[in-house]
Amino acid sequence: MTRFWGLIAREWRLSVRHGGDTLASILFFVLAASLFPLAIGPAPETLGRLAPGIVWVCALLAALLPLDRLFGADLDDGSLDQLMLCGLPPSAVALAKALAHWLVTGVPLLLAAGPVAVMLRMPEEAVPVLLAGLLPGTIVLSLLGSAGAAIVLGARRGGVLLPLLVLPLAAPVLIFGVGAADAAAAGQAARPHLLLLCALLAAALPLCPLAAGAALRGAAE
Amino acid sequence: MPVGFKLRALQTAAAAAYGAAVDASASVAPAPARNLHRFANPGRFLRLSGKVLPYLAAAALAVSAVGLWWGLFRAPADWQQGDAVRIMYVHVPAAWLASLGYLGLAVCAVLSLVWRHPLADLAAAEIGPVGAGFTALCLATGSLWGKPMWGAWWVWDARLTSMLVLFFLYLGHIALIRAFDDPQRGYRAAAILALVGVVDLPIIKFSVDWWNTLHQPDSITLTGAPTMYVGMLYPLAVCALGFTLGFAAIVVARLRAAVMERRIRALLMARAQEGRMTEGRMTDGRMTDGRAAGAS
Repeated sequence: MTRFWGLIAREWRLSVRHGGDTLASILFFVLAASLFPLAIGPAPETLGRLAPGIVWVCALLAALLPLDRLFGADLDDGSLDQLMLCGLPPSAVALAKALAHWLVTGVPLLLAAGPVAVMLRMPEEAVPVLLAGLLPGTIVLSLLGSAGAAIVLGARRGGVLLPLLVLPLAAPVLIFGVGAADAAAAGQAARPHLLLLCALLAAALPLCPLAAGAALRGAAE
Repeated sequence: MPVGFKLRALQTAAAAAYGAAVDASASVAPAPARNLHRFANPGRFLRLSGKVLPYLAAAALAVSAVGLWWGLFRAPADWQQGDAVRIMYVHVPAAWLASLGYLGLAVCAVLSLVWRHPLADLAAAEIGPVGAGFTALCLATGSLWGKPMWGAWWVWDARLTSMLVLFFLYLGHIALIRAFDDPQRGYRAAAILALVGVVDLPIIKFSVDWWNTLHQPDSITLTGAPTMYVGMLYPLAVCALGFTLGFAAIVVARLRAAVMERRIRALLMARAQEGRMTEGRMTDGRMTDGRAAGAS
């Protein structure tokens, strides 16, 4: 368990010292979201109607950005082999990596999503529900993304391949996440959508590290 | 103590059985058929499939032709949709086979990850493009059917969307399995992806169902009586059987080609290695000659 937390702390220190990676994905999120008013016009009613979808899609894409370095850097400098030998099962290594990815990408996204949603003229009563949906949603994205990153590890054009693999799998997260925010904006109950998101999280939490661990074992052989 | 003894006895028995199996596979006489593993031998697969394939292909062509003729010319037109309903005889079997193909991928993935059957890896690589083709056929015919019925080539309906996601999953699998320099790594990664996909597929299906539904509900279910005229049901069943045979025939033919391709590659590699070795010996010889000449 100490090693597990140690691994997360290592990832955290690495990302703090190379702050550019986290900053790049947040910047991408904000920039991509701010392109939409330019493209579809600044009319508040249209923007407000589209805002949950825009925030979710941009968050999904921004969370994918740092994934190809998640295991790639460790494979290049050989520390992946060390991680495989450190006594933790590969799935625990994968889980630690996924949680670290959520800490350094998901949490900043969550912090940036509120202001962006307000700028997109989203109804104010729906913003807390949007964030409440993003909280489990970004964890699921990190878990799915880490599994995808482990699977494409060592492939040619892995960076291009990764979105092709992860985006279709992430479709349910997007549907329920936007559904919750839309329901709140329309004055309906958002609770079922949020519960379904949590159910997705409960399914992804044990299964994705298993898949990622199996892929890591194959990559480190 | 007795437990330990029993365990040891079991181990010796297992070792003896394993030795016998190795002997049997080493000799020409085939081991008695006991399980599926017997068919994992590529050589045996080639022999067996070579005999089966012509009949399979002929049956697929004949049954599909009968089913399509029955569906397109003999079956009644729908009271509401008219002749447009005849697209169903291609569309529905293609949709079934698209899902069945992904299930086949997942089965190959389990066989590959658990038992490391080389044939399962090759089968996964060959099922992918065929399944993607049937998914594309389903999407194309669905689009053609949607235009007269719904007034649009494409609608973001639940079934269409989940089929589209399935198509993307196939494409991802096809791209992944060929993306590694070491084919074994590709097989393994693609097997894991197929398993993740087969777990996620029902979730995608349900989420999309709740999200939006315009497509008609199932006419044929496993539990209830079909809500469909029998005159349409029979040709549909014949078409489905013919398409399934066709799917199997294409996969078997591709698999045979893949096995032979791998053998040819292994032979070429061996020959290249041999050539390099003789070349190396020749240069070695020249070098010793030269050294000998210099010394003298």
